[in-house]
Amino acid sequence: MSQKPSIAEIERSLIEDFDLLEDVEEKIEYLVDLGHEMQKMDPALKTEDRLVKGCQSSVWFDIHCENGLMRFSADSDSLVVKGLVAILDKLLNGQPAEEVLKMDLSLFEKLGLWHHISSQRSSGLAAMMGHLKQAAVECLEK
Amino acid sequence: MSKNILSAREDFPILSQTINDLPLVYLDNAATTQKPQVVIDAISDYYRTSNANIHRGNHSLAIRATQAYEEVRKKVAAYLNAASPDEIIFTRGTTESINLVAYSFGQAFVQPGDEIIVSQLEHHSNYVPWHLMCQRRGAIFRTIPFDENGELDLEAFQQLLNEKTRLVAINHISNSLGTVNPIEKIVKLAHEADIPVLVDGAQAVQHTAHDVQAMDADFYAFSGHKMYAPMGVGVLYAKRKWLEKLPPFLSGGEMIDQVTPEKVTFNVLPYKFEAGTPNVADVIGLGAAIDYLNQFDFAELEAYEDELLEYGLGLLSEIPGLNIYGNIQKRSAILPFNVEGIQHYDMGILLDSKGIAVRTGQHCTQPIMDALHISGTVRASLALYNNRADLDALAHGIQRVIRLLKR
Repeated sequence: MSQKPSIAEIERSLIEDFDLLEDVEEKIEYLVDLGHEMQKMDPALKTEDRLVKGCQSSVWFDIHCENGLMRFSADSDSLVVKGLVAILDKLLNGQPAEEVLKMDLSLFEKLGLWHHISSQRSSGLAAMMGHLKQAAVECLEK
Repeated sequence: MSKNILSAREDFPILSQTINDLPLVYLDNAATTQKPQVVIDAISDYYRTSNANIHRGNHSLAIRATQAYEEVRKKVAAYLNAASPDEIIFTRGTTESINLVAYSFGQAFVQPGDEIIVSQLEHHSNYVPWHLMCQRRGAIFRTIPFDENGELDLEAFQQLLNEKTRLVAINHISNSLGTVNPIEKIVKLAHEADIPVLVDGAQAVQHTAHDVQAMDADFYAFSGHKMYAPMGVGVLYAKRKWLEKLPPFLSGGEMIDQVTPEKVTFNVLPYKFEAGTPNVADVIGLGAAIDYLNQFDFAELEAYEDELLEYGLGLLSEIPGLNIYGNIQKRSAILPFNVEGIQHYDMGILLDSKGIAVRTGQHCTQPIMDALHISGTVRASLALYNNRADLDALAHGIQRVIRLLKR
């Protein structure tokens, strides 16, 4: 199995993909497609205790730490948020916990996902990132 | 002659901008309305020409500012048809007005085992303050349910009224569904049992009848910012007999008469309830908003908004898979909906990409969402400057979103 590309490499490739899209609507369409392509979360894992607080839509994360690497599955009832989850999945799933802690959300500006998605509290992006970082901290403490 | 409603849009400078390169379609008026130029000017004119701390100063600016502030109290009293300007208390908004009554009324009149009645159609701001007051006073919190149409169950309400009931708190118009509650009937039933009623008029005062004496409300609360006035100013109307009996809510300067280490006595009405330096500039903005509204024939304005609402309901009901909440006999200014298979948040964010501003989520009415078994709605809400083109844009936008997300 080839080694997972670095976060920086995945970011570059995402920026290239989104650059090809002309307007906000196309970008969202692509984001929604990314959500559809993401590996499905086991419905049994969508429990109250896996809900991320601070999102207007429901977002579930099931996170594990394996030998210092973060592994998770996730889903949302919002197609837009699910697309954001898919980007986090591409970037961070299988990455070392230290790398997850370094991640910031400036990428979403670079993708041209207009101010709403990247900064609006209700998208829950910050809450999701906080949730993943908390798990990363716990992973490193193990 | 009264002002033509169709010309109102030109009075609101914010509405002429573009969002995401498209003309702004502002349909989030139940959250806050935009401000006409006259209101914006009134605030800046006040700071340019009249700013001073009011009531205690004896220099010219202080006298001018005090007169302007007290003039607005008279305008509000006239707008509400209150018996006297002394019955008008300026607050920060509906939430503070209700908290004032919940606190002061609770202190004076609510004992352990007493009961307070609110409805399940309330905004959290007319629900949580009573909930907390009941906890503080050991009282029992009772709620009037609503039926599948989104209307209050008045039979259930009558059964809730009893000798332990101390107060009924109810909204005139639901911020979430737009239900116009039969407020006169509710007040009459409560008064027959000698129980006072607080009416949350936040969604009503700008859209429908707001004569507090006609509705015979004991307390009436509203916010300036939902009626074309600035944020940060609101009103509590209360019948004099209640204001005389209630203890103060906030305390400090302005609200006192004598202060000694042994004893503090309070100022006369309405100042007993206005502690500290008030928000003079925004009160003056509120006065300008009332002057603005008074230019219209209110019955004409109400009819215009009702006709617009009907038009919007008609357009939306033609969209396959779109479900409008509430089958309400009398609805005001609010279109709450969802489209099957599309999360409300997604609808909101994608409508924004088309320049259309709506609200999504629970609208501070979790009890309503729980009763409907939904996580939220999309809410489009109207103001006097909206027109059919706004609703055409909304319907068209929704159809685009459906095509995009339901491929």
